[in-house]
Order: sequence, then C-alpha cells, then structure tokens
Amino acid sequence: MATASTSATAGVSPTAAQVLTVRYFAWVREKVGRADERIEVPASVATVGDLVAWLTSRGPEYAAAFGTAGVVRAALDQTHVKPAQSLAGAKEVAFFPPVTGG
Amino acid sequence: MTVRVQSEPFDVGAEVAALTAGREDAGGVVTFTGFVRGQADGRDLAVLTLEHYPGMTERELERIDDEARARFDLLGSTVIHRIGALSPGEPIVLVVTAAAHRRAAFEAAEFLMDYLKSRAPFWKKESFRDGSERWVDARDCDSAALERWQSR
Repeated sequence: MATASTSATAGVSPTAAQVLTVRYFAWVREKVGRADERIEVPASVATVGDLVAWLTSRGPEYAAAFGTAGVVRAALDQTHVKPAQSLAGAKEVAFFPPVTGG
Repeated sequence: MTVRVQSEPFDVGAEVAALTAGREDAGGVVTFTGFVRGQADGRDLAVLTLEHYPGMTERELERIDDEARARFDLLGSTVIHRIGALSPGEPIVLVVTAAAHRRAAFEAAEFLMDYLKSRAPFWKKESFRDGSERWVDARDCDSAALERWQSR
C-alpha cells in the first residue's frame, strides 16, 4: 500500500521518516515476538491504521498479530485512540488486545 | 484520590482508614474487592497473571478517577490494582469510595469498576492445572456495563 520509496537513513531530507517507539502487550506481544521496538516509519504512514497496514506487510509475525481486523486496540502516547488517529507528533504507539482487568 | 498498581496484596481496612482519616463528613464508604476465581469454564485455575502497560495504566486510572469525581459527589477514592502472578482466592482489585451519603459512594464504586474493566490497560492470562494457558477474552457484558453510564 505504500507507494513512496523512502530513504532508510534518518535525516537525509526535511521529510525524514518519523521514529516511533512501538510497544506490544499480551497476545499481540507474543505473536509479534517482542515487547517493543524503535521503528522508522515512512512519511506515507499518516495514521494509526496506516501503521497497522504497514507493519502487517513487514512479516508473518505482524500479519499473525494484526490478522483479525478490528480486534487489536491502539494507544498513542498512552491514550486510547481509533485507527483514524494521526501519528503527527507522536512518540510512542502501543498495540494490545481489548483490556481484561478488574 | 489514590491510584496504585502493585504486586503486593492490599489491606482493605487500612485503605478505608487512610481514606477517612481526620474527616467527619464521610457518611458512607463503599469498598469493592475483586478476587481470582478458582475455576474458568469448568477448568481448575493454577495461576492468573496480570500484565499491564506501565505509565498508561496509572494515567488511565487517574482519568477514570477524575471522571468519577466529576459525576458523583465524592469526598475521596482509592483504586488499587495488582499485577503479576496471582493464585485462586487472592484479591486482584480494590475500589474504595467515600461520600457524604451512601448513594454517591455506591454508584461511584460501580462506575469506577465498570470503567476500569473496559479502559485500564490490564490483560489476564489464565494458567490451568492441566498445563494449558490462554489469554482471557474481553467480555461483551463489560462493554455493555460501560455503555449504561454513557447514556446518562
């Protein structure tokens, strides 16, 4: 879905890729195989939903975690958000199943 | 208002005492304590493990607590949620609410639990005595409980 070819090196252009800390919890963490990572996101990835689609294309572990549409929830800088939420200015994104505390 | 996330057990009596210390206006104090059930779908549970999102958990609990204070005539509240490995019969969560009259205290305690279950970033994993494990699914009735407050 991404059409732009973005430089892999940060800082080469004024529209350098955004660097995000991505965190995973519960079975999303288990399926992805890591608790967190730093990711350079291409400029074509504008929303949380775009990020999910982009991650899903990165490998089978992401496809497994995000496979069932609409199940995985997201938080941006530690606030619950919907897929349409813009990533502009964000530092931390988290993906997790619906919460089951209490 | 007190919000805590901890692995240690809590003492309900001590929390009530702390919330009401030095005040004479709290005519009603309600406590709710959630415990680990020993069975799930007829299977014997060995351990319930609580994972959470450090940082967001505290922020979300504080947001929920602020919302309760805006809605109800509360004098004070305490929310404690445990994390880590818990055994059947152990307490998981405590909500204490203090108000001048009982109705606000009862309603605020129920509101806090309903919001906590649907908004606070905790996840439960069940480990059974037969060696199998599974993540607990979110329950539709919990989101229905939340919607009940949103129509008010």
